[in-house]
Amino acid sequence: MDTHAAPSTGPRQADQIPADLLAKIDEAVTHYPVSKRSASLPLLHLWQNHFGFVDESGVDWIAKRLDLESINILELVTFYPWFRQQKAGRVSVRVCRTLSCALAGGYEVREAFCKAAGIDPKAPTHGHTPPVSPDGKFSVEFVECLASCGSAPVALVNDDLHEDITPEGTAAILGQYN
Amino acid sequence: MKSLSLPPHPKERRIVFKNAWTQGYTPDIDCYVKHGGYEQIKKALKMKPEEIIEEVKKANLRGRGGAGFPCGVKWGFIRRDDGKPHYITCNGDESEPGTFKDRYILHNDPHQLIEGMLIAAYALNVNLAYIYIRCEFPKAAGIVTQALKEAREKGYLGKNIFGSGFDVDIHVHQGAGAYICGEETSLIESLEGKRPYPRIKPPYFPAVLGLYMSPTIVNNVETFCHVKQIFAIGADEYAKMGTPGDGGTRVMCVSGDVVRPGPYEIPAGGVTLGELINDVCGGMKPGRKLKAIIPGGSSSKILRAGEVFKMKVKGEDGQMVDKEVPLLDLVMDASTLAAAGTMVGSGGVIVMDDSRDMLWALNNLNEFYAHESCGQCTPCREGVLWIDKMTTRMVNGEGRAEDPKTLKNVADNIAGRTVCAFGEAASWPVQSFLQKFPEEFEVAAK
Repeated sequence: MDTHAAPSTGPRQADQIPADLLAKIDEAVTHYPVSKRSASLPLLHLWQNHFGFVDESGVDWIAKRLDLESINILELVTFYPWFRQQKAGRVSVRVCRTLSCALAGGYEVREAFCKAAGIDPKAPTHGHTPPVSPDGKFSVEFVECLASCGSAPVALVNDDLHEDITPEGTAAILGQYN
Repeated sequence: MKSLSLPPHPKERRIVFKNAWTQGYTPDIDCYVKHGGYEQIKKALKMKPEEIIEEVKKANLRGRGGAGFPCGVKWGFIRRDDGKPHYITCNGDESEPGTFKDRYILHNDPHQLIEGMLIAAYALNVNLAYIYIRCEFPKAAGIVTQALKEAREKGYLGKNIFGSGFDVDIHVHQGAGAYICGEETSLIESLEGKRPYPRIKPPYFPAVLGLYMSPTIVNNVETFCHVKQIFAIGADEYAKMGTPGDGGTRVMCVSGDVVRPGPYEIPAGGVTLGELINDVCGGMKPGRKLKAIIPGGSSSKILRAGEVFKMKVKGEDGQMVDKEVPLLDLVMDASTLAAAGTMVGSGGVIVMDDSRDMLWALNNLNEFYAHESCGQCTPCREGVLWIDKMTTRMVNGEGRAEDPKTLKNVADNIAGRTVCAFGEAASWPVQSFLQKFPEEFEVAAK
């Protein structure tokens, strides 16, 4: 089950929107001429890509931009596993947990990633707030099937898919993200 | 992303995968055009829309997303001249465990998908379309967005495409990590910016009340690519490649305990399960024996090594006769697997060998469904969690005598009692694992 995070206490994200993010948001809204509400997920993605997570001010800002109530955005942030309400690691490691990867050693790979990143392997495996390494650099979590079962086990590290991973190879993969 | 280094196996016939794995093929529009791209939409724009739908029907194309509904019949539900806006959405939410084909098309040959969608858009009088791509494919979303931009710049997308007077635009829409969005009405809700709770059918058949409550066709990535290929090959030729009622090729994604896992494009009915595993995929890993096969994505019912199925098959004189068919002689097409009590589904074949514990495997799938239930319908929301808790407890050595019976009871009370087919998808593994491997559950339930 997903756990819902406590509100972030940092500076309000909505007070720090750069011009290029605004421009991307304006462009995204044009893709939905029939209903602005359809731009909810695209705006949440743009927001999270920039800030790393979506705080309360972000929820309110996106809702206002699309003429919606804040709850219409908050209910998306809490439903969809991708969205975070708190900061994760600067490098996100998402290890596939499902059957074909598990047959090929996916659980061992997650454990090895945790150890290589300095995260307790017994930390929660799923959820909106994955465990983060003490230096804040990595978060490691399980995700469900990444649709690359033919090259199992796999993991998505930031935007990169890594395939045929061995536990021994995990430290070298993390080393690519310095 | 790993590319396929092997040349096609003799049993393969690469059509939708032809470009995707040609050495030196790049996803840009110039490369696609150089390989004959966008010729079929030009041809289609000179046809009557009804003729296009007729061709797709004649080709016997079944949807490649999992449900296998005949594509032309689906399209036929749309009335072109009903005065309403129509939409198409491409389902690129590839998430069914065991399935990994659409990612290669999105990454390597995005214009093939766009051309298929353009043909569909013209046939169905659609001016606005979306490609829903799961956000775990971030690079694919970027590649397809770039491809759409190139097409727009050439005048292949937007106003008056190819000078035909027909307008259509397509945008990429990224999901956010929820398997349920692969269900077509859920995908539509997600595209409308809502929580993706599936809609109840009737009345919300997408072809009647779809996106923005307008007639909408949702097709899988691979399906749209086949549409393009039907026009390139000809509907009759295309249909002939497959079996009656299941035309063309299908990408079979094989994973698990075989020597050469991977996606293989094979004519529908072109191989038996045995040929697929032992011949195309190089057999089981050394020293291992086949134990079980999940033939069509994790939701399809599992098959046990050594099983024999009674079914009607066409005899030498063309008459249907009763026959006993061993597991590995099952022909990989929609009707044969249905007759064996399972389905060809999304083409995801997961193979397990004799070192595997079936309770452990089922528990892995139960955790998937427990994580992915959207929570709208009580039997599913509660049931899949309890099923997962029970098998987790059994895996941890705390099984109870009544567990197998309780598991079956809970699964039986989810299937058929939910808004969408997720209920069945989550119940079928439980029901079939229990039925096919009862001894492993009894041992754990001491």
